[in-house]
Amino acid sequence: MRISVLVQHEDFSMADEYAQLSRDSSCGAVVTFCGLVRELSCDLKTGTGKLHCMTLEHYPGMTEQALLAIAEQAQQRWQLGAVRIIHRIGTLTPNEQIVFVGVASAHRAAAFEAAQFVMDYLKTRAPFWKKEHSSQGQRWVAAKTSDQDAAERWG
Amino acid sequence: MIKVLFFAALRERLNTTTLELDASSLPEDASAAAVLIQLQSRSADWQQELSRQDLLCAVNQKLCPLQTKVGPGDELAFFPPVTGG
Repeated sequence: MRISVLVQHEDFSMADEYAQLSRDSSCGAVVTFCGLVRELSCDLKTGTGKLHCMTLEHYPGMTEQALLAIAEQAQQRWQLGAVRIIHRIGTLTPNEQIVFVGVASAHRAAAFEAAQFVMDYLKTRAPFWKKEHSSQGQRWVAAKTSDQDAAERWG
Repeated sequence: MIKVLFFAALRERLNTTTLELDASSLPEDASAAAVLIQLQSRSADWQQELSRQDLLCAVNQKLCPLQTKVGPGDELAFFPPVTGG
């Protein structure tokens, strides 16, 4: 299986990623996910502060290993032709692309499930931390129990 | 020596990115938990910040339970729950 894991400041092209994922003629399904920076802070207690930008910190070295391990676990659970993961770091503004997960497989069920699995694990196991800079100051984003629950359903 | 790293909110609150611990200052067969206990004793602030229940630990760049053994040359990291994606 082809695995590609990238942690980068630069933006990425969905078209280029799709082109890489759709090269394999034994794969009849490609599922892609792209996460974007939301404009509104999701902190309901402090109101909807408008987000100026977000900074992403990570643990160089561990991050790449963690993403690779997640892709490999996906491969053990489903039969996949390719897994591609890109996560951006540094400063990002609203509506910018932040994360990409793409999976190619023979059939759609495995591709859908594996893509969701990779995102759920990435959210809870890859060492990234978001800090929001809004009109109300700056704050570290708190982890959500719903993300933890989503990862745990895979057992 | 054991290298210890801190990230994100924890790094800011401790005002420390990295530090080195003399492995001989730890009990033989020490775990990440033993390192944590030694770091907690530095000050009231460190005690409070490093006692959070949701603290995560990595040994040699892999998420690990606090019972994981550590020794000279190991890289240890403590950080808050991750929020990427």
